[in-house]
Amino acid sequence: MIFKADLHIHTVLSPCGDLEMSPSAIIETARLKGLDIIGITDHNSTLNADITRKIGEKNGIFVLMGAEVQTIEEVHCLCFMPNSEKLGLFQQFLDENIIKIPNDVNNFGYQLVVDEFENILGEIPFFLVSSLKLSIEEVSKMVYELDGIFIPAHVDRPFMSLSSQLGFVPPDLKFDILELSRSGLLNNFPKTNNFFENYAYITSSDSHYLKDIARVYTEIELDGIDFYKLKRALELKKVKPIINENNRFTYY
Amino acid sequence: MKLKEIIEKLNLIVIVEANSDREISDAYASDLLSDVMGNAREGQIWITMQTHKNLGAIASLKDLPAIIIIGNNIPSSDLIDYAKENSIAILSTNSTCYQTCGRLWNLLKNNDIQS
Repeated sequence: MIFKADLHIHTVLSPCGDLEMSPSAIIETARLKGLDIIGITDHNSTLNADITRKIGEKNGIFVLMGAEVQTIEEVHCLCFMPNSEKLGLFQQFLDENIIKIPNDVNNFGYQLVVDEFENILGEIPFFLVSSLKLSIEEVSKMVYELDGIFIPAHVDRPFMSLSSQLGFVPPDLKFDILELSRSGLLNNFPKTNNFFENYAYITSSDSHYLKDIARVYTEIELDGIDFYKLKRALELKKVKPIINENNRFTYY
Repeated sequence: MKLKEIIEKLNLIVIVEANSDREISDAYASDLLSDVMGNAREGQIWITMQTHKNLGAIASLKDLPAIIIIGNNIPSSDLIDYAKENSIAILSTNSTCYQTCGRLWNLLKNNDIQS
């Protein structure tokens, strides 16, 4: 069976995420747009992922719980965990390794942890779009120790990506698959850069606003949805990036 | 000027010794590997605050004989291993990037600096 997945979505926990990006609103929007699977990927934090999974379960949306981690090279990577326990361990790892700079709410925005009913449970005091003190290889290693999924994000982007920060895919870097931004998909980035030519790709919306959810997504071939089936399908490259032409165009 | 003279005059700490007798006339300072890959030229010393292993791949690709790691940053052990195997000098200083570039510029300015 083919399932529709948008694996890169930010919530109100990301300072750049719109205040309408509550877990409940994201699930409702994903349902309206016909998605089966979404990924919750706030910058360097997983704290809204588990609640989104719970709301998703009630509404028939499978939620991959994770974060968009920024490595010391300033490369963004999607990291997903198989269950709440591993997610907690990964959150500890993030807390121990992020460079803590106080968040300036006026310049960067709020970083809110919320519940199902959009009550604010907490606010993260340090700026989340900072780097970990660890290299991309070290982050990848930790994700695989926790049995997770590791996907270098929007590798085509001219900043915060494998192509902008390193210029190539390190030959011994372990990952499940690579992600293209919408713009990278439209411009067929893998065919324009021979360092990135011979890889399989998913695409995701990198939504910070509800209206952007599913503007691009990935069709994944699965015989039922769970974390390990998904991981296996990515490994086997049973994926097809889709541009949703009914949605509006914006850059990345 | 030979690399070993630069090491002496800038008081650099040698972490991996290589290319000591190579003639150096120019340098490139950048922390973005893709920028170095695009714009550094063969034979230049690379000045950066980055410390991870992928520096080694870029230095090999561009034939950069030495990397100066500034600001007391400590190179990762896998970078050190790579540099030993591939003959790339790894040098360290507690000076900032600005200070290091300034001193190196003064040292090399009588030589024929390209661009």
